[in-house]
Amino acid sequence: MKHVLVALILACLTLCASAALDPLLVRQLAAEDSDEKIAAIEALAKSGDPEAVAILKQLDEGTLKDEQGEDITINNRVRGKIAEAMAALRLFDPDKGARLVAVKELLANIDPGMAPMLAKAREHEGEPSIKALLDQAYALATIRAADPAARLAAVKALATSGDANVRTLLLDYYWNKTAEPDLAIRRAAFASYLEVQQRIEIADLVGKVFSGLSLGSILLLAALGLAITYGVMGVINMAHGELLMIGAYATYAMQGLFRAHLPGYVDWYVLAAVPVAFFAAATVGILLERTVIRRLYGRPLETLLATWGLSLILIQAARVFFGAQNVEVANPTWMSGGIEVLPSIVLPLNRIVIIGFSLFVLSLVWVLMNKTRVGLFVRAVTQNRPMAGCVGVPTSRVDTLAFGLGAGIAGLGGVALSQIANVGPDMGQGYIVDSFLVVVVGGVGQLAGAVWAALGLGVIAKFLEGWTGAVIAKIAVLVFVIIFIQKRPQGIFALKGRFVEN
Amino acid sequence: MQNRRNFIKVTAITAALAAAGLTSFSALAADTIKVGILHSLSGTMAISETALKETALMTIDEINAKGGVMGKKLEPVVVDPASNWPLFAEKARQLISQDKVAVVFGCWTSVSRKSVNPVFKELNGLLFYPVQYEGEELEKNVFYTGAAPNQQAIPAVEYLMSKDGGSAKRWVLLGTDYVYPRTTNKILRAFLKAKGVADADIMEEYTPFGHSDYQTIIAKIKKFAGEGKKTAVVSTINGDSNVPFYKELGNAGLKATDVPVVAFSVGEEELRGVDTKPLVGHLAAWNYFESIKNPENTAFIKLYKDWAKKKNLPNADTVVTNDPMEATYIGIHMWAQAVEKAKSTDTDKVIAAMAGQKFKAPDGFEIEMDPKNHHLHKPVFIGEVKADGQFNVVWKTKGPIKAQPWSPYIPGNDKKKDEPDTK
Repeated sequence: MKHVLVALILACLTLCASAALDPLLVRQLAAEDSDEKIAAIEALAKSGDPEAVAILKQLDEGTLKDEQGEDITINNRVRGKIAEAMAALRLFDPDKGARLVAVKELLANIDPGMAPMLAKAREHEGEPSIKALLDQAYALATIRAADPAARLAAVKALATSGDANVRTLLLDYYWNKTAEPDLAIRRAAFASYLEVQQRIEIADLVGKVFSGLSLGSILLLAALGLAITYGVMGVINMAHGELLMIGAYATYAMQGLFRAHLPGYVDWYVLAAVPVAFFAAATVGILLERTVIRRLYGRPLETLLATWGLSLILIQAARVFFGAQNVEVANPTWMSGGIEVLPSIVLPLNRIVIIGFSLFVLSLVWVLMNKTRVGLFVRAVTQNRPMAGCVGVPTSRVDTLAFGLGAGIAGLGGVALSQIANVGPDMGQGYIVDSFLVVVVGGVGQLAGAVWAALGLGVIAKFLEGWTGAVIAKIAVLVFVIIFIQKRPQGIFALKGRFVEN
Repeated sequence: MQNRRNFIKVTAITAALAAAGLTSFSALAADTIKVGILHSLSGTMAISETALKETALMTIDEINAKGGVMGKKLEPVVVDPASNWPLFAEKARQLISQDKVAVVFGCWTSVSRKSVNPVFKELNGLLFYPVQYEGEELEKNVFYTGAAPNQQAIPAVEYLMSKDGGSAKRWVLLGTDYVYPRTTNKILRAFLKAKGVADADIMEEYTPFGHSDYQTIIAKIKKFAGEGKKTAVVSTINGDSNVPFYKELGNAGLKATDVPVVAFSVGEEELRGVDTKPLVGHLAAWNYFESIKNPENTAFIKLYKDWAKKKNLPNADTVVTNDPMEATYIGIHMWAQAVEKAKSTDTDKVIAAMAGQKFKAPDGFEIEMDPKNHHLHKPVFIGEVKADGQFNVVWKTKGPIKAQPWSPYIPGNDKKKDEPDTK
């Protein structure tokens, strides 16, 4: 591939008599000085030659060589110019997607010289969404036009924008009396400003709520397993964070397996990791329950100590098997990037997928607990152990199963965490406190409580973070939880009924 | 609550015991010179520091293969302070008084260096610190082989202010919450003000160590950048938080041509775990990049790649070299030269012999240790991230420049001496 490119460039450099490209211009791309490079890029772009486009593309990708065979390097300034030049050429591309990208690129750097080109593109454009963007671009290019009618039209057209830069521009436009003497146009600018401002504020709010929900869904995934083992069974499991870690490492292992054996399907390793992580963590959980925890039922302090020890053992085991350093878990391509809601807000795909995944896990747990025989047994044992035993529920087996379920769900949480946070032996330590916070705030023994607490804490944390910064926000959330527990020790949802006293 | 406190104690003790298990390296031979290696091999800083341990071991191996120092072989003593700052001090004390090492190569974060400084002073040990830092200190017992602010931070900001750097007018100073980012940002704020940037055009943000949710911060940066004028971000985020930060940056579509991010603690090694395609054009300022072409660097890279293969390091086929690794390499070689010159490993004699020590470094220059201020004269490079995770040098100084550990942008520093107190 590279050879073909080199050959192509050499052909351009030598046989330019046949092509329309000026060899001097191509050579000038290799100039030391950025100004010269940019001049050459602009000249090449103006020619509109498809070969020029190909060369600019190579320059952008860093595959273009100079006469000595060295890569020609570019910096951000040159890269921005190339993007602009290419965008101008692609405005008339037959492909819809290419045109959309081109307009978006242009919108960031509009200058009045582009007006005729944009006007032409606007006439040709059939796609309404692209046309709307082109209208904005045209308005930006003509906002300082000599004709007051054109200026007024431009200012009005910009009201449909959601770009923060446009907002600033409109406000400046309103205040700058020397540049715009006509009061009516300035007033129109202010009206447009208010519209844009409102749109941006809504987008801001959506962004904050989204990041709060995203954090909440992560907290929920981390805490849901604990809500079963601690909330429902009463086991204080300090090794819960390590079960998350096992889920994350299971994801890592699946990624390695897919890379080695199924390179074509590597994007789908996450899906395969879901059951694997569940069963890996559940197996470890069942082992822990059978060997240690079941001997300690009803002795919370000893359980606390024993599980703390278990967590240290699990961390050390992970260090032995996978090394002390973090391992790399890559997002599959379908989880990379984001959806642009407005120019100022992009919702990352990996977080959207995780919110969906947490809903899936939640409904899975709900169905298991409320619609299956095992769930019925678990609830029966929780509410009244001796009575459940009397009517033939195998209580000890139910304990094991419930603990395994809680552990497995922690494993699922680990899969989600691996996609956004670092995967390392002590990653679980960072989530154990948060998980307990969620369960305690939500109310022990209630899944619904965990859901509300996770989402509530997530949104509160994110709103505070936007206001005070991450460090203070973390402290504030802890203080809030302490006060909350003081005032309402039973959590958001309290269990009611005869079984409470136990 | 009482219980939780007890658990913290229990964990601390267990961790200490576990870490102590790692020190069983020492051999019995008497005619060796022991050198200590004090880098976090676990915890949040392991992402950066593990490679420095490997570089140190590799350099020691290289020196030993050529006959050692003063005819004696060097014997490394490796300890793991586990990204736990007080543990750094304990481990340093153990290295000096128990293992009797002649010199210690170690630390990454400034908070770890600050925690070991009193130990080295008290026991008159010798520390080589290989990472760029905030300056504002000059210890008799420490040699700083990384950059001072005027050899990294200031040139990077100047570049972003220049036409080629995008003529940035508004600044986001983003860092992890501890001494290095706080001090660096204090210096940068004073510098920017001296250049006529208003306070309203500077935004400062900090996150805790190990922070992994950068959604809010990215949204804030976007908002700040949308308030007009070209914005640039100066990142002093340290450790594994960089991975989620850059992932979020890529996913949020914040491109380098719009809002460039220049990082002071992100090099080739930190970017190994990240998909760098959306990050092309973001910058880092260092005194060395793997992509620099010269015979010394080619040899250095080959040495490390061979070492990784020989030691079967994880992902040995994709290992990279970076600035602090080069600084470690320079430091160990200069120390060995100084010991040869002093004909002794005595701390004071070696300190005297270090002055003016020269070494042909992989950055392509003959690097010199300043005769007085314990810092190296270093060249400065600014690189842009490429799609393959390497850096493309877009700006560099003509030659090495002298370090100013006392930044002139902090009031009162003009009265401070450019050499450590020797009492």
